Amino acid sequence: MTAVRAIGDSVLRLDGVSLAFGGVKALNDISLDVREHEIRAIIGPNGAGKSSLLNVINGVYHPQHGTITFRGKPRHDMDTHETAALGIARTFQNIALFRGMSVLDNIMTGRNLKMKATVLEQAIWFGRARREELENRAKVEEVIDFLEIQHIRKTPVGRLPYGLQKRVELARALAAEPSLLLLDEPMAGMNVEEKQDMCRFVLDVNEQYGTTVVLIEHDMGVVMDISDRVVVLDYGRKIGDGTPDEVRNSKTVIDAYLGVPH
Amino acid sequence: MQSTEDSTFPRLLLEHARARGDRPATREKDLGIWQTWTWSQVAADVRALACGLAAQGFRRGMHLAIIGDNRPRLYWAMAAAQALGGIPVPMYQDAPAVEFVYVLNDAEIGYALAEDQEQVDKVLEAKPQVPTLQHVYYDDPRGLRNYENVSSLDRLLDIGREFDRANPGFFEAEVAKGRPDDVSIMLYTSGTTGKPKGVCQTHAAFIVAAQGGCGFDKLCSDDSILAYLPMAWVGDHLFSYAQWLVAGFTINCPESGDTVMTDLREIGPSYYFAPPRIFENLLTQVMIRMEDASAAKRWLFRYFTAVARRCGPEILDGRPVGTLDRVRYAIGNLVVYGPLRNVLGMSRIRVAYTAGAAIGPDLFRFYRSIGINLKQLYGSTETCAYVCLQPDGGVRFDTVGQAAPGVEIRIADNGEVLVRGPMLLKEYYKRPDATLESIDPDGYFRTGDAGFFDAAGQLKIIDRAKDVGKLATGTMFAPNYIENKLKFFPHIKEAVAFGNQRDKVCAFINIDMGSVGNWAERRGIPYSGYTDLATKAEVQTLIRECVEQVNAELAQEGSLADSQVQRFLILHKELDPDDDEMTRTRKVRRGFVAEKYAALIEALYSGRTVQHVETQVKFEDGRTGIVAADLAIAEAKTFAASGAKAAA
Repeated sequence: MTAVRAIGDSVLRLDGVSLAFGGVKALNDISLDVREHEIRAIIGPNGAGKSSLLNVINGVYHPQHGTITFRGKPRHDMDTHETAALGIARTFQNIALFRGMSVLDNIMTGRNLKMKATVLEQAIWFGRARREELENRAKVEEVIDFLEIQHIRKTPVGRLPYGLQKRVELARALAAEPSLLLLDEPMAGMNVEEKQDMCRFVLDVNEQYGTTVVLIEHDMGVVMDISDRVVVLDYGRKIGDGTPDEVRNSKTVIDAYLGVPH
Repeated sequence: MQSTEDSTFPRLLLEHARARGDRPATREKDLGIWQTWTWSQVAADVRALACGLAAQGFRRGMHLAIIGDNRPRLYWAMAAAQALGGIPVPMYQDAPAVEFVYVLNDAEIGYALAEDQEQVDKVLEAKPQVPTLQHVYYDDPRGLRNYENVSSLDRLLDIGREFDRANPGFFEAEVAKGRPDDVSIMLYTSGTTGKPKGVCQTHAAFIVAAQGGCGFDKLCSDDSILAYLPMAWVGDHLFSYAQWLVAGFTINCPESGDTVMTDLREIGPSYYFAPPRIFENLLTQVMIRMEDASAAKRWLFRYFTAVARRCGPEILDGRPVGTLDRVRYAIGNLVVYGPLRNVLGMSRIRVAYTAGAAIGPDLFRFYRSIGINLKQLYGSTETCAYVCLQPDGGVRFDTVGQAAPGVEIRIADNGEVLVRGPMLLKEYYKRPDATLESIDPDGYFRTGDAGFFDAAGQLKIIDRAKDVGKLATGTMFAPNYIENKLKFFPHIKEAVAFGNQRDKVCAFINIDMGSVGNWAERRGIPYSGYTDLATKAEVQTLIRECVEQVNAELAQEGSLADSQVQRFLILHKELDPDDDEMTRTRKVRRGFVAEKYAALIEALYSGRTVQHVETQVKFEDGRTGIVAADLAIAEAKTFAASGAKAAA
């Protein structure tokens, strides 16, 4: 492909963020930025603090120090409700779907914030409840088409293989029409073909909707292939940041991954 | 239906737009909802597409490659190319880019229409080796926004509408120039033998074939079908294009290849066409789901399918059946057959056809027994898939029917079936030698199939003429016949029998992953994948039982008793078109397989019990890998020709 996505200014900036659980320092003075329309990867060995970092960004964890600036507004911490309303959506490392509900219903939950009708209105399927349901269903169908999961529309999620569940989770996140998408190991546990599909989808989302993507991934091939910039964590510290090539050649990063000879 | 005299497909389309402009012509499920296009909308889009192509330099006699799943606009593009006097060349959408190169070059393609990014990528990969290819269009813009040198159908439509405004009357003039004996389509043979050949068929040929079929089964504009088979296949071209434009019924395009089952149920077509493989898959799925049903339901299913087996086909044919059986069948229809037809999406089927390969008698009988009017037909790419049809009331499992209206059939001295009629191919593209060879001096086309007429005047096909051989003992050996018997078992997906010029018959078996996998799970047999499952001792016993049952049947069939399978092995990988072991239409390339697995055949005949094998495989994404296994070779019991006495 010859395209150059217009990567804009930074939409999200973390300055000196530290997070500790008792004596364990999960994140130690982390600063990084994410630019509009880019695909930003977070890598690092197990326990490096990658998921904690995502959790700080979408407000699951509240850091002790530092500021988080999202779209120009600095705050001490984020709040999950607030981040969802701000257009940040995410997927989880361990799939967090409603297993007994159909794919369609699961994805519809991603539209929850867009629905204003009251419980009563929804119960009697009246007025704006009906209109909203139809509008949102149409949007969900677009996502279903986009991720090519038409054939499992009515299947309960619990019956789907792992790779497809991951895709459904992405679908739910996309249904919220996020401007910033956080993906926690979207390709973990997938076979080669599923990984390829998932890469394709992440790239397509980024290209077609201009969605900014922050992803955690262990598969180096994937990371180096699709991301614009990579940040490397180790023991809660940032040890590298830059383009895939810069990171690949950084001595500190190599040492962290391969160990240092003694 | 119009007269054949001066009909071409574009003229038929315009005629429908005039006669039934607001009736549905095409439906497609998009974003979860069935979208409908009327005949006048289709005609308008075809007009715009044709004008667009003309504006881009597409002229009479040029070829337009069409690659993708069954999408409305892909069918319309065929009509658009034909309106300009061009020739559409549909290509198998699941073929890898390397296989595209051959056809694109052979047909000197200058214009190609690909469905989506996946197909565009393949076309662009092939493009450097195809100097003639200039214009590439796509239907679905997803992921293609930043591609260079490709353009969308939407844009082509816009260009076309503008061109149409600037050149009023152009389209009508172009359509008027078309003649019935112009080549309307080029379909590539699947290449069971050698490189694929482009079969050139005229408007007249396909219109005659379509009219014959429509008249034979009284198809009309109220019928509706699902267009889901590869567009490059002659069957799809006859049923979803030629008959569509001749009868004026509605074609329905599924949402995606994976949703065909659901879409079939939603549409409930009245006319249905599928190769035996699909009927087999459907039945396998039903059987697997039945095993999960409660004991009471299983009993009901068993009881009533037994009733149906006994009298269902007779009732469908309107032959006399005892009152008690009629009552039982009526109850069965209420509690089992009706709901089952509904699940299969076949509640409204008036006529269903199968062709392309022989269908197992039990499989065939099963569908007929539950009240689905499944019939067989016989034809090939060179004959517009129109040679023989089974009439209602004269359906038999082991024949392919009588000569279709307007077709003459003769059996050559060597048993080969020869046919003559207006549906014969005009020529093989750029292959006058092949054309000459395939048509005898009297104008009969050599089908390459061996067969004979039975007492009732129906044609019975035994095998490919060149595959029929002799055992060392001198008795006839028809490998297909044996393989089909094996393949009827849901556990066996593919079989290849050997025996020509040999002292006994041996076979390769491919297990059916879905069916055997399910069987293994139920017995708590762990397995990691195909190769592992295929080499399990339990699976071998399972398959041996199937083989022995086939042997018992063969023992009853006179001269075929010598063809009992004495030794077999289960292959460590599935035969795959990507590895050239099968054609794109999933027919085994016998010669290629025999050569590739010569060591295995040697092991079968030399009496060895184990053979190590390593095979390179090609994955769908083009990478290669190695599959290795130690294959056990099993002996199967054979039976004396007189009856069911064990002989070995």
